[in-house]
Amino acid sequence: MKFVRRNGIFVSAYLVLAVTIWVVFMIVLPQLYMVDFSFRLNLPLNEVGGPKDVYTFQNYRYLIFGRPTDEAMMNWLHLGVFFKTIVASICVTLLAFCLCYPLAYYMAQVAHGGRTRLLLLVLILPFWVNEILRAFAFRLLFASGGMINTALIGLGLTDQPIDFLRADVALYAGLSYAYLLLMMFPIYNAVESLDHNQIEAARDLGAPWWHIHLFVVMPYAKPGIAAGCTMVFMLSAGALAVPQILGGPSSLWFTQIIYDWFYQGGNWPQGSAYAFVLLIACILFVLLVMRLFKVGLGEIAR
Amino acid sequence: MSADVELDHITVRFGNFTAVSDAHLRVEDGEFFSFLGPSGCGKTTILRTISGFLEPSEGDVRIGGRSMKGTGPNKRPTALIFQNLALFPLMSVADNITYGLRVRGISAAARRRKADELLELIALPGQGAKKVGELSGGQLQRVAIARALAVEPDVLLLDEPLSALDLKLRQHMRTELRTIQQRVGITFIYITHDQGEALTMSDRIAVMSNGIVQQIDKGATVYDNPATSFVASFVGENNPFFGQISRAEAEYVTTDTAVGPLVGRNTHRLKAGDKAIVFVRPEALVLGKGANGQANVIRGTVTNAEFEGPTVNLYLRVEGNREVTLLMPHSGGALPLAIGAAAEVSFDPQRAVVLPEGVLAGE
Repeated sequence: MKFVRRNGIFVSAYLVLAVTIWVVFMIVLPQLYMVDFSFRLNLPLNEVGGPKDVYTFQNYRYLIFGRPTDEAMMNWLHLGVFFKTIVASICVTLLAFCLCYPLAYYMAQVAHGGRTRLLLLVLILPFWVNEILRAFAFRLLFASGGMINTALIGLGLTDQPIDFLRADVALYAGLSYAYLLLMMFPIYNAVESLDHNQIEAARDLGAPWWHIHLFVVMPYAKPGIAAGCTMVFMLSAGALAVPQILGGPSSLWFTQIIYDWFYQGGNWPQGSAYAFVLLIACILFVLLVMRLFKVGLGEIAR
Repeated sequence: MSADVELDHITVRFGNFTAVSDAHLRVEDGEFFSFLGPSGCGKTTILRTISGFLEPSEGDVRIGGRSMKGTGPNKRPTALIFQNLALFPLMSVADNITYGLRVRGISAAARRRKADELLELIALPGQGAKKVGELSGGQLQRVAIARALAVEPDVLLLDEPLSALDLKLRQHMRTELRTIQQRVGITFIYITHDQGEALTMSDRIAVMSNGIVQQIDKGATVYDNPATSFVASFVGENNPFFGQISRAEAEYVTTDTAVGPLVGRNTHRLKAGDKAIVFVRPEALVLGKGANGQANVIRGTVTNAEFEGPTVNLYLRVEGNREVTLLMPHSGGALPLAIGAAAEVSFDPQRAVVLPEGVLAGE
């Protein structure tokens, strides 16, 4: 009520309306629609609304058990891809954290004004380039005749070009890089708000660097770290462009299967079911991590 | 264990700026030593140099005879108490206190014992489980001290620890700190801009200005026998009278000032003709001609009278358009003089110090 009084009825009404439209029409309704889709059968248009149009678990059953005519008991192909996607996303999150934490700490506590700004600029600039183009750039870098292999051969470290794409190295690198900023900024903000005197106090009391980071800095930066990890995990699990471009022949991302259901198979209900499963898995995983690290949702949002 | 601290010709430069210039002194084992000076005089720099966060541009710090060159702050036998305390907000009081022990791998049981012991010392028994946010300013002060004492340093360094506290608490903590220091018996090096703190707590004081140590002495000596005009004007209130020496004897000199000839102690062996400043403390001035006859009588007009509880500050305007301050004990009655009235004040030459011309504090 204070808000309405201070800003007037029109501004308040506009805000309420705008937020409602955004949340309801752009987030909630499409999701609900998709969930609804996932419980239906893939019927040709003329049969929609007819007697065959029933609610069923069939699409979900397919993910786990595959076709009734298949030899294997379970749909190992798709389930395998699903678990691999989750595990790989966890690895990407860890990799991004290992890269970002030292950098964020350096920028927040060690570097001084000008250098911090320069580093920020250097980090942000590549993101002005489209994500897909960046992924292609990585593909060129990691290719057999690409810069990295050329450098390795030139330095004499290896005589055959290493196939980074097949080994999924390019994929992990590309995914970590894609969401680097999303991991950086929450950690940077959290660490920057830490009183530098506390770090000095810990040092003065005799603590070696790793002890200071483990027991003074990281507990303080926990909400920021959790926020960064959450975002990187969810975006990695749901990434499509980067796995398409940088994935090797044996690596398949779950999102690619979903994509195929929609565009190759024309089976939107099936795709919706897969998408919904991915969404639930991500949410569960994030909740688990939050519980494990005793971080509340409010803290992450900060 | 306690140790002495030697500053061997320490100079600290930041680029073109010299923060500390040739500081050469020795803090005795078990002494409560203070660095006193205005903001920017270099006292914080000296403290950080002793604690190891800064390496001096020239010179060496020796603790207990051992050179500290190249030794980081985590390896030095010092513990620093920060101005804003820098306690760890996510840890309990006991965990804060025993952090240094945890770093050294001391067992949890031993840590608990030490925490209890220190909590007793700082008069906060049983408060170990509380969170940092639940304690008051004065209590947090004591926790910071306990945290530093837990690692059993040879030297405790304190960076203006009382500046954030209110007056009553500050006065209480002064006594507390002194008591703790005497009980624990280790060397305390304390920096402050508040001369009240320095005078009440310290064994000796080093007065600093612009990176230079002006005087190192016991508090009473610094107060009664200042070495430079800066020290005379910074430590406590002082009335400066500028002039030229007309007559110099072994013990006393007469200086011709705007308010007339003034006689004061010749602590710096000044001669006739030298430019000098006669410093008289406000509490050394008395109303009336006093017992000195015609010498050391200053005439002026009362411009203001401030009642400050136990004392009254009387302000006089004298010849040369200068203001002279008088400090009188409050006798319980009304103020002795009205504003605008003419007044005469005088002082005993024994209580005035004549120093060579120099820079005053605040200029």
